[in-house]
Amino acid sequence: MRFLRQAPPRYWLVLVAIVLFAGLPTVVTSFQTSEWTQVLIFAIVIMGLNILVGYSGQISLGHGALMALGAYTTAILIHRYQISYLATIPIAGLLTGAVGFLLGIPALRLSALYLALATFALAVVTPSLIKRPAELTGGVQGILLVPPDPPQPAQDAFALVTGGPPMTTDQWLYYVTFAIALVMFWLAWNLVRHRPGRAMRAIRDGEVAAAAYGINVSGYKTLAFGISAFYAGIAGSLYGLATGFVSPDTFPLSLSFQLLVGVVIGGLASIPGPLVGGIFTFWLPIMTSQFASSQPWIPSGISSAIIKAGPAVSYGAILILIMIFAPNGVVGLVMQGYARLRERLRGAGDRGTGQMPPEAQTV
Amino acid sequence: MQELLQQVVSGLASGGVFASLALALVLIYNAMGLVNFAQGEMAMFATFIAFALIEGGLSYWIAFPLTLAIAFVGGLLVERIAIRPVERAPILTLVIVTLGLATLTNGLAGFIWGYVPRSFPSPFAIGTVNILGAFTSYQNLGVIAISAVVLLLIYLLLQHTKIGLAMRAAAHHPEASRLLGVRVSWMLALGWGLASAVGAVSGIMVAPVLLLEPTMMQTIIIYAFAAAVLGGIESPLGAVVGGLIVGVTVNLAGAYLVGGDLELAVALAIIVAVLIVKPNGLFGRAAVRRV
Repeated sequence: MRFLRQAPPRYWLVLVAIVLFAGLPTVVTSFQTSEWTQVLIFAIVIMGLNILVGYSGQISLGHGALMALGAYTTAILIHRYQISYLATIPIAGLLTGAVGFLLGIPALRLSALYLALATFALAVVTPSLIKRPAELTGGVQGILLVPPDPPQPAQDAFALVTGGPPMTTDQWLYYVTFAIALVMFWLAWNLVRHRPGRAMRAIRDGEVAAAAYGINVSGYKTLAFGISAFYAGIAGSLYGLATGFVSPDTFPLSLSFQLLVGVVIGGLASIPGPLVGGIFTFWLPIMTSQFASSQPWIPSGISSAIIKAGPAVSYGAILILIMIFAPNGVVGLVMQGYARLRERLRGAGDRGTGQMPPEAQTV
Repeated sequence: MQELLQQVVSGLASGGVFASLALALVLIYNAMGLVNFAQGEMAMFATFIAFALIEGGLSYWIAFPLTLAIAFVGGLLVERIAIRPVERAPILTLVIVTLGLATLTNGLAGFIWGYVPRSFPSPFAIGTVNILGAFTSYQNLGVIAISAVVLLLIYLLLQHTKIGLAMRAAAHHPEASRLLGVRVSWMLALGWGLASAVGAVSGIMVAPVLLLEPTMMQTIIIYAFAAAVLGGIESPLGAVVGGLIVGVTVNLAGAYLVGGDLELAVALAIIVAVLIVKPNGLFGRAAVRRV
């Protein structure tokens, strides 16, 4: 009981979020569920990117390409080798992680700029690299995946809870993604609170000082990129499963940008940030096009231009404005507002000594 | 042999384009230790402005310098508005801002001019000339000539004028320069303006070949990255040499080795190979970390 009463508000927030996400498919349609699956997938890869960008201060513009690697690993394993789709998810993650680790070794020898350069190039090159071994990857056409059937126990349990029609594939994949997202967020939370996370933050805030304390700087940087790539591989694999289709054009350069926007808007070096970022980056383009096409006063020529160019313009403006005015993103803003509110509730400090009155007992 | 020579000449022409854009990257890197990821998109935007001017009835040779002037002012304004507020922030912040600029510029161009590829006029006569047995187009020769002139002008400006000296001083020793009365912050803005104009040259040179569209520079910027890394990212001479080497290598590899669709992968391979074998590039100094 004492633990319950003393638990900080953020524990309750986490609990509420978990309950909301777990119950979501029982109240929305199957199609909407599949949209939220993609939100969670975005959240996973953005979490990985956050470990790299937010916690270790490196930057990758190639996470879209790493997602492509994960997605194609899963697609090829299922399509050519008939491996169970659930088994392909960790394989895709580990393979992508290994590739990230290997790419990180040369790219991280110098400053963070070189990793950005190399991953940017990777993101641009990947579609043409995928198209080349057409035998393996299906070339321009890509690979179609047969949607997996939900297992019987899950179907029964779902029908029992909703009392409605049996579970669809989309709903099943939502729960798979949700379970994996929970594990990945929990792993990230553990990682950043312990030795590797502290080492990464030390490197981010002062490389020379970190090295002086005996931290293996390039080792941890490469490790951070490897872990980050692992997250991208898992997310890519889930993305392939959830959309049932992978093609070279599913993973353009703009996807990598979109993911970076997700990290920045949610808040660098924040655990809930990637979820906010995932929600935002998934819904912004959809909302933009819905809004632009629903407004009768916008001429149709301009409205189609808004639908095509709107997301890029707003992503760009958001990146710049957030970096200038709110470097800690949405989560940072909320935390700041919360801290200010608590200060208000406690009453103003004594101006003379600057001492704050004791914490209010009842509010 | 003749075909090989032809490939080399057209490689040099694309090398000139890469060199201009790489030089733009180097100018900004030297001014503030930052790779400007928006350089290609800014060049694309300037090319669209040139397109609009020519469509508006201006002759090519008036529109060309006018565009460079507009690009210069535009680069200056971008630095003042978007970069200045985060000038002292960590490099990561600056990189994210330039990425924001890249997306923003790309989206704006798409919003204003749409995503349909347009043909861009070339000022050079159609046809080929015979040089030492290799046939090459006037377009290629013109691109090589104009790139050479631009690079020479930048060299003269940086090495033989007072303002060039001030710019170099501000980049190498901001504090000392400030004490000597150099307006360091404005030198950074000047660097951005100059880089923007040089980048615009590459955009205008490449547009007749590639067709003008918002994604036009996305591949060119990768080659420019490769050129800058190969040359040593802080060396203007390295950018030029790197650009020419990348241009010829990519062209030859595309023709004889990997096929045209994987020419971009060659650029990636060059970047990774340089980072493994000689991380400071051909003309770069070894990185010294000050404690």
